[in-house]
Amino acid sequence: MADIVLDKVSKRFPDGTTAVQDVDLEIADGEFVILVGPSGCGKSTTLNMIAGLEDISSGELRIGGERVNDKAPRDRDIAMVFQSYALYPNMTVRENMAFPLRLAKLDKETINQKVDEAAKVLELTALLDRKPANLSGGQRQRVAMGRAIVRQPKAFLMDEPLSNLDAKLRVQMRTVVSRLQKQLGTTTVYVTHDQTEAMTLGDRVVIMRGGAVQQVGPPQELYDHPRNLFVAGFIGSPSMNFVHAAVEDGKLRTALGDVPIGERVRRELEAGDAPRELILGIRPEHFEDAALIDDETRRRGMEFEAPVDIVESMGSDKYVYFTVEGERATAAELEELAADAGAADFAGGGSNLVTRLSAESPVREGESRRVWFNLEKIHLFDPGSGRNLTLHEGRSAGALAD
Amino acid sequence: MSVNATPAGAQAAAEAESEQSGGRHAAVPQQRSRRGSRAPLSENKRAERRLGWLLCAPAALVMVLVTAYPILYSVWLSLQRFDLRFPDERQFVGLENYVTVLTNDFWWTAFGVTALITVVTVAVELVLGMGLALIMHRTLVGRGIVRTAALIPYGIVTVVAAFSWRYAWTPGTGYLANLFDGSAPLTERASSLAIIMLAEIWKTTPFMALLLMAGLALVPEDLLKAASTDGATAWQRFTKVMLPVMKPAILVALLFRTLDAFRVFDNIFVLTNGGNETSSVSMLAYNNLIRGLNLGIGSTMSVLIFITVAIIAFVFVKLFGTAAPGSDDGERR
Ligand SMILES: Nc1ncnc2c1ncn2[C@@H]1O[C@H](COP(=O)(O)OP(=O)(O)O)[C@@H](O)[C@H]1O
Ligand SMILES: [Mg+2]
Repeated sequence: MADIVLDKVSKRFPDGTTAVQDVDLEIADGEFVILVGPSGCGKSTTLNMIAGLEDISSGELRIGGERVNDKAPRDRDIAMVFQSYALYPNMTVRENMAFPLRLAKLDKETINQKVDEAAKVLELTALLDRKPANLSGGQRQRVAMGRAIVRQPKAFLMDEPLSNLDAKLRVQMRTVVSRLQKQLGTTTVYVTHDQTEAMTLGDRVVIMRGGAVQQVGPPQELYDHPRNLFVAGFIGSPSMNFVHAAVEDGKLRTALGDVPIGERVRRELEAGDAPRELILGIRPEHFEDAALIDDETRRRGMEFEAPVDIVESMGSDKYVYFTVEGERATAAELEELAADAGAADFAGGGSNLVTRLSAESPVREGESRRVWFNLEKIHLFDPGSGRNLTLHEGRSAGALAD
Repeated sequence: MSVNATPAGAQAAAEAESEQSGGRHAAVPQQRSRRGSRAPLSENKRAERRLGWLLCAPAALVMVLVTAYPILYSVWLSLQRFDLRFPDERQFVGLENYVTVLTNDFWWTAFGVTALITVVTVAVELVLGMGLALIMHRTLVGRGIVRTAALIPYGIVTVVAAFSWRYAWTPGTGYLANLFDGSAPLTERASSLAIIMLAEIWKTTPFMALLLMAGLALVPEDLLKAASTDGATAWQRFTKVMLPVMKPAILVALLFRTLDAFRVFDNIFVLTNGGNETSSVSMLAYNNLIRGLNLGIGSTMSVLIFITVAIIAFVFVKLFGTAAPGSDDGERR
């Protein structure tokens, strides 16, 4: 077990691609850190550099306080789990799990004992004599995990380990991974593309974009206080709504009506180079059916009326999709997010609003409905730099803060 | 008659080859279907398989017509005393020709030479080819150029290449012979064999490398990465991960090359013309059949070569059998 420190780590491939740029990251001993971001953002490359499978172009990597830039993977004492499982097809489950121990030249008895132990933890005992070809996807993934844990390495590195599994199995395996990591207390770096995994598994989440770290923090903090447009749009499902906002007469003109702004945002906007156009972001759960709220709550927000497109009742609440008039919010980040999610899943940039209303709301498709939203939960972003203007000392305080 | 007989002998060999190459292409699916036949087949699969048979039926039919006749005809000839120089003495003699050949020292010398050439060249080609394949596989820049360059020896007509080797080793004119103080290596048995094998290896190593490279492509990158983090050295990755996964491809390459090497002819024909006991069995068959016009003995030798080649193929296919599950694993994932 050990801590892992990345100090301005960069990776440039021979063809000129800069896959990872100046990544600073301190992973504490026993911590579970998630690397997340759209595909091609450098997650695997970062992980491979930690494992020693890719050279580090510049910067320093320390494991347990020791610089390991020039150490071969086998000398780093790190175990890796791959999306493709990477089981040795010619070996049985037992042989697969014993492989790292055999290479470490442990005696037969110890090897058998360790493999049996790991097999018991992962419920693989009955499968020990099978070949990988005769296992299901979930079983293969468990074998891959088993091969990683038998060695009791300093750290686990997992590269999208659950992405090849079907949805149900993925949920099951998620808890397996989580429980295993807590039990063993081994430092873990886990790469994923799936934001449910990102939100639920780790102690801290690292969001990457184009090889650079965007924000690092506990999942809830990233959700509540995104530092920029990209983080805001990436975290959360359904994603945050984004609407165009023009700064006019100390107000924000938006498709949801004129939004008042507080002193702090006003000061931000008075700077010489301040943008005249902003992007307003608001999460689906910060909307509510205007008929259902009390006066106290009503005062903290404002209302608008819009035609209802689709109602999806989830039982506990309703997802209601509205169409609003007005300019689309545009920014490079939003396009990137849309491209990554597949335009259908990412309504954020369009003129559609996704809201999550109480289950009691009698809202029906086709009608026009008054909807309230919480001004304290609004984020304002600079479309040019993507910066969250409502963020103050790392906390987001909405548009009205003084 | 001799016109007819010549292709007969040649075609016996050609048949062996086409059968093998057919076997090679079919090797993997064959294993599949054999596996499948153990488990009950679904209706769909059975229909699919019937369609498969129907689709290759025309080709199979043509092959049988074109090859079965010459083969059977050679077998028929091999059972007769039939020397074109004495056409009147033609007579059915049963297995007498086989006894003659199999008790003949020339035959066994040639057989030994052929076996030696086969074993040595295939072994050396496997090692060199693997090295070359690894280099070509790892090369990132100019991969196309590297591959083309490596394949040039294989692209040169064997006879032409053999002649250039012969001149190179001819004292006085040859640059290689001059390197060795103008000795005449092609006039001695051991050095002649060495040169024949060298020419064979030089020519067909690229082909071996190409086949092995196809096998290398079967090894998933993640598997090697996993082995690295599991603590394997480069050599351990090669022996414990790459070789087992590549085994089917290696067997295919070995089968191909072994059958090819066993029928070695052109290099010997040009370099020594069989002098100093350097004849291969193919040379011997040719000498009897074409030069000696002894259709009976020549055909007997052709049939014996065919049988040997068939045995080699059979052994390899048996080996495939044990390798197949491994290869299946790799593919199904
Ligand atoms: N061997 C390589 N040579 C050149 N570019 C590469 C190589 N491997 C990855 N890249 C590039 O580096 C970037 C990051 O890749 P990767 O780390 O695999 O992304 P992720 O795992 O986040 O999807 C991508 O743009 C990819 O095209
Ligand atoms: Mg990746």
